[in-house]
Amino acid sequence: MNVLSNANHGLTPINTSDDVDAEVKSHNTRALRRRLAVNALRILLLVVIIGGWELGARLYVATNEAFGIDPFFWGQPSGVWAQLVTWVRDGTSQGPLWAQIAVTLEEAVIGFAIGVALGVVFGVVLGRNHFLADVLGPYIKAANSIPRVMLAPLFLIGFGLGMQSKVALAVVLVFFIVFFNAFQGVREVDRNLLANARILGASNRQLSTQVIIPSALSWILASLHVSFAFALVGAVVGEFIGGIQGVGLMVQVAGANFNANGVFAAIVILALVALVAEAFVTWLENRLVRWRPNQAADAML
Amino acid sequence: MNAIMSDSAINPQDITPQGAVAPSAAGIALEHVTKRFRTSKGQLYTALRDLTLSVAPGEFCAVVGPTGCGKSTTLGLISGLERPSAGEVYVMGNLVTDIDPRIGYVFQTDAVFPWKNVLKNIVAGPLFRGVPKAQAYERARDWIARVGLTGFEDRYPHQLSGGMRKRVALAQTLINEPQILLMDEPFSALDVQTRNLMGDELLQLWSASAASVVFVTHDLEEAIALADKVCVITAGPGTVKGIYPVDLPRPRNVAEIRFDPRFVELYQTIWEDLRSEVMISYERAKQR
Repeated sequence: MNVLSNANHGLTPINTSDDVDAEVKSHNTRALRRRLAVNALRILLLVVIIGGWELGARLYVATNEAFGIDPFFWGQPSGVWAQLVTWVRDGTSQGPLWAQIAVTLEEAVIGFAIGVALGVVFGVVLGRNHFLADVLGPYIKAANSIPRVMLAPLFLIGFGLGMQSKVALAVVLVFFIVFFNAFQGVREVDRNLLANARILGASNRQLSTQVIIPSALSWILASLHVSFAFALVGAVVGEFIGGIQGVGLMVQVAGANFNANGVFAAIVILALVALVAEAFVTWLENRLVRWRPNQAADAML
Repeated sequence: MNAIMSDSAINPQDITPQGAVAPSAAGIALEHVTKRFRTSKGQLYTALRDLTLSVAPGEFCAVVGPTGCGKSTTLGLISGLERPSAGEVYVMGNLVTDIDPRIGYVFQTDAVFPWKNVLKNIVAGPLFRGVPKAQAYERARDWIARVGLTGFEDRYPHQLSGGMRKRVALAQTLINEPQILLMDEPFSALDVQTRNLMGDELLQLWSASAASVVFVTHDLEEAIALADKVCVITAGPGTVKGIYPVDLPRPRNVAEIRFDPRFVELYQTIWEDLRSEVMISYERAKQR
């Protein structure tokens, strides 16, 4: 084809700037097309799943329970939506919706903050002190192997039905994740950097604050993504087992009343909260490790 | 510079009896030094055996030897990061028992802090040592200009080329005005052209500082082009095989001096000595 057109139109230089422009342009259009396709398929997937679920539920009613999805047990999207609308408009049985979200979020955030602080401190101390780490090692491993949700009844007895017991559960869940990452981060610090800092004149404290902690920070921040989700789990499970307020209690009440739509609606709310928190952690990470060549950030997904 | 002058003015009190016996005139003195390491299999590995070497104040000494002969270990001992298993190491007449503040060390791999920008990397040393902030930053800016990094103060190391990162490392070390400068194959990761340029810059900065330098390298050309004397180390366990004074005139141009007939002569003489050690090390590597 090329040969033919060349023959027809005479001379055409091989590499003109037009060619480069055209290539850039075609590259851009390809990238755009790909992005559109990804987004379109994402929406399609959502429509298929939600639509299929809704159709299944309606079919079940229409066919007199012959086949489909029983909305009494499994809910249906329109019912979940109606439940959300009711909660937003009229509040829940324990009070206004925003108050429930605020309570759960507060428990999770406090538990998260305490857990992260403790995890980082213990991680850095044990990471730097090999002797102490060797002494405490087996106990930490043993403590970590306990399914920590099982501690919830203990905290309820100790701290009561209020916020403290939920915060405590969130702390225990968050602590170990952050601790192990901080510990590993400290152990992985480049020996050359340590030697360099010592020769330049860094004291032991300066070594910690200016070399070890910044170096371990990428490890610690990576753990924050997971650990906020765990802080939410701690808060919700705590409310679930014995609480007087919060999203966890909403789930519990809905479940006890055979309100499948209510359970799903509470899950939707929690998912939204978790997404917002995740966005916050990502923002924090990008701010704190601006020195890093841009890697990982998208790879985390 | 003033800070260092006052340092050395205080130091005579610190000089130990051994310090008086040791060649106190030397900037650096290693006396019958042996260094053994415990390997991961629990065996003892001898890196250096009975090594004796001294470097005069203001002297530039290059250390060459085959791979794995303990060149870097020597620097570790002088710096105080490691202790000898036997023998003594003296710096400015003092027995080395800890990291001496008069020492600067440029590492083989990048040891600049990746989370600090150029300015913060260079200012780190003075700040670690308690120099007032304003003064420290003033000195850092001066050094940034001296190593030609003006305009790059806010860049992070990953945004710089290899040569520029080396300049940061040099400035970071030299800002402390070390009287002893240890360099462990500092330019080995750079391309040949950049390497020659960095060599010239190093000579310039060094001639202004009057520091004793120990420059470890596996490249004999680089060693002769830079140094006042070249020390050949045997294949491990390392010990001194020969010391060759380099009587080439200064100032030198690192890229061009290798066409000097005297350079070629020196190269041939030292290479005679070095070659057999390189062969031994090569044979060992093959057997492994």
